[in-house]
Amino acid sequence: MSGPPLTWYLILSAVLFALGVAGFLFRKSVITIFMSIELMLNAVNLSFVAFSYQLKQVSGHIFAFFVMVVAAAEAAVGLAIILTVFKNRETLNVDQVNSMKY
Amino acid sequence: MDVILFLVFAIAAVVCAVNVVVQTHPISSAISLIGVMASLAVLYLLLGAEFLAMAQIIVYAGAVMVLFVFVIMLLNAGSEAKRGRSLTAQLLGFPLLIVFLALASYFIQRFYPGNTPVLFGTFKGGTAQMIGRALFTQYLLPFEVTSVLILIAIVGAVVLARKEL
Amino acid sequence: MHQLWLIPALPFAGFLINGILGRRFSKAAVNTIAVGSVALSFVWALKTILSLGEDRIFEHYFNWIVAGGFQVGCDFAVDRLTAVMLLVVTGVGSLIHVYSIGYMAHEGGYYRFFAYLNLFMFFMLTLVLAANYLVLFVGWEGVGLCSYLLIGFWFHKKSATNAGNKAFIVNRIGDFGFSLAMLLIVVNFGTLDFGVVFHVVPSKPEAVLTTIAMLLLVGACGKSAQFPLYVWLPDAMEGPTPVSALIHAATMVTAGVYMVARSFPIYLHAPSALEMVAYIGLFTAAFAATIGLAQNDIKKVFAYSTVSQLGYMFLGVGTGAFSAGIYHLMTHAFFKALLFLGAGSVIHALSGEQDMRNMGGLRKKIPWTFWTLMMAAIAISGVPPFAGFFSKDAILVAAYQHAPWMYWVGTITAGLTAFYVFRAMFLTFFGEYRGHEHPHESPAVMTLPLAALAVLSVVGGFIKIPVWLEKFFPAAEGPENFSLVAISVAAGLIGIGIAYFMYIVKPGVADSISSSLGGLYRLVYNKYFVDEIYDAAVVKPLVSGSRVVLWRGMDAGLIDGAVNGVGSTSQGLGGWLKLFQSGNIRSYATWVLFGAIILLLTLGLIGGVR
Repeated sequence: MSGPPLTWYLILSAVLFALGVAGFLFRKSVITIFMSIELMLNAVNLSFVAFSYQLKQVSGHIFAFFVMVVAAAEAAVGLAIILTVFKNRETLNVDQVNSMKY
Repeated sequence: MDVILFLVFAIAAVVCAVNVVVQTHPISSAISLIGVMASLAVLYLLLGAEFLAMAQIIVYAGAVMVLFVFVIMLLNAGSEAKRGRSLTAQLLGFPLLIVFLALASYFIQRFYPGNTPVLFGTFKGGTAQMIGRALFTQYLLPFEVTSVLILIAIVGAVVLARKEL
Repeated sequence: MHQLWLIPALPFAGFLINGILGRRFSKAAVNTIAVGSVALSFVWALKTILSLGEDRIFEHYFNWIVAGGFQVGCDFAVDRLTAVMLLVVTGVGSLIHVYSIGYMAHEGGYYRFFAYLNLFMFFMLTLVLAANYLVLFVGWEGVGLCSYLLIGFWFHKKSATNAGNKAFIVNRIGDFGFSLAMLLIVVNFGTLDFGVVFHVVPSKPEAVLTTIAMLLLVGACGKSAQFPLYVWLPDAMEGPTPVSALIHAATMVTAGVYMVARSFPIYLHAPSALEMVAYIGLFTAAFAATIGLAQNDIKKVFAYSTVSQLGYMFLGVGTGAFSAGIYHLMTHAFFKALLFLGAGSVIHALSGEQDMRNMGGLRKKIPWTFWTLMMAAIAISGVPPFAGFFSKDAILVAAYQHAPWMYWVGTITAGLTAFYVFRAMFLTFFGEYRGHEHPHESPAVMTLPLAALAVLSVVGGFIKIPVWLEKFFPAAEGPENFSLVAISVAAGLIGIGIAYFMYIVKPGVADSISSSLGGLYRLVYNKYFVDEIYDAAVVKPLVSGSRVVLWRGMDAGLIDGAVNGVGSTSQGLGGWLKLFQSGNIRSYATWVLFGAIILLLTLGLIGGVR
């Protein structure tokens, strides 16, 4: 029997991405927000691989690979920043880090 | 067979993702995220991306999420407290999200009407050999640049996380 | 090449040298440069005229305006009409320059005065030498400017600066008419050159020509102080007397007459406009003469006399007797300049006194001045064989041929002229001295020009200008009518007689007449309140209109409001936009999502990215 159509993978990717955005918008803890970002990146990776399958090229895999690398680097630096912010502000609530208000 | 596999792991991914967003304690969210990544790895396998699936498990689930867990433990982050104060996010966020999802689905359906069935084993270009070949010939420059990027990230992280600033 | 440009250039050089370096020169050096430049200009003009034949001498210097098909060049031309004007301007001008050496000897700003006088000569000569309307207009405006500068020469006196302003502003009204006329000429003829325009005139519709001629007349009225734009000339007496003599008697005010005479082809083809010229001239002549009867300031009497005589010139030109008008222009230059310079000599002798009620019995004390002024007075009264007789008679005869009633009005005015001039003479020189000063005769540098002008006033009539100009203007005068001549002479003699009776024989008569005529006397003495009428009807509404509507309404309200409005709008906009910067990361993320949706929509609607 035939496999699932490719569009299902794409829709799954969209749903995961939307969930990531939801987490970003509606959570207050900065670590949870960061994890939502990772979720978004993963969703996009899935989309890349799906297209790579359809176009029968390896470029999609390469791109997803680079995304992974960059995500890792970004996670490292981002967490270091969170540590610094925590040291200064004593809070992980992102709403209280708003001194750039007009 | 492929359909069942896909459905199982897709639902697993979605459930874990929802869990990430919904849980109050960060550590629960982190564990759920690991679940998402594992499911995604299987989906990659179904799509013929063997190397990527392994890389996902090793790098993402194995390194990045462990880092997350370490930081959560270091910061001793507890459950989230009271409600937030961002009116914009609360008022506009939900509708915008629905709109976004609707738009994305619509466009996907319109531009890629359901065709190419995904069968395990159809795509043979995702082997380590193929990726290596592409990485070191066609994508050599991004590869080198990315290595510099990683170096910078390491140095940055070390500098930022020092005790005295 | 006749090098016509030298004629105006020499005084201009004098202006530059005296104006820039004059402060450090000695008085003798300033004199020499100023007088020398004008004298040399006179010599050169004479040389040019002697080599003048039947045709005109034309010199083109450079193309001033080249705009598509329309061109204006800087051109000078000399023909017979120009020759008369040149000699009058440079000749009388040189004499007045010499006179000024003595008159201004004790004044401050010595070099500035001569610099301005030279500048004036430059502009006047440009006006006279012009071969197209635009260069003429340059000279026209320039003499207006110099008139302003010289009237307001003693600029710390408020009345002098006011008079200078008044002269310039009233002149500007005339200049507006002139500019409109020039525009019409450009539109209809395509050029401003005299030769081309006058050649093409017969083929143009009369309505157009009449409009142009009327507008030119407005300009001439402003410059030559005709009704209703004459009000500046009496006030211009605030300036030093040589200025009154040169500018407001001999040269600048004659520019209007010259311009009308120069444009005679246009006027000949627009008879209604020419009628208007004659009417205005006649009315002004009579009107000004009546005002002159009652004035007590000696310079004011002569100022109104100038306005009146200019009216005569306009009358002459307006009845078609162009050469008669120019003839009178020349003789008037002689005796009016002499009258003013003589008055200046009297004022100098009395150390500044100008009111005739404080004069009297001066004929033994300042004999040179007395005798030369007497020559001028007889000349202006039209007594033969002095200069004024020939020219005024020519005008009156032409007036009679045009319309007999004009002749009668003109003759009565001639009588009035004789009366008020001799009234001034008798009050000043005869009887007992009523003042407190010590009169002393003027130095030779002042009396010699007076003598020269007196000689000209006596024999000037024998320079037969109408014959000289015969080829230039179309013949308009008919045969001499002896009875007309006799009547006009008689009118002059009667005027002298009445003045003699009222001021020598029975000195009290004048006061009794003036008190018995009460209101009428007051009306005439106050110049018919024309200045006050102008002030109420024109000046005040204009000033308040400008202040309320233009300044507060438009400038402060509209323009400033618009500019300020832009500023406050930006401020408002900025105030609204800054609300987006809440510092809250989650709201920023919401807006990013919003933008992403827009992007998605756009990409989707244009069919994806190729």
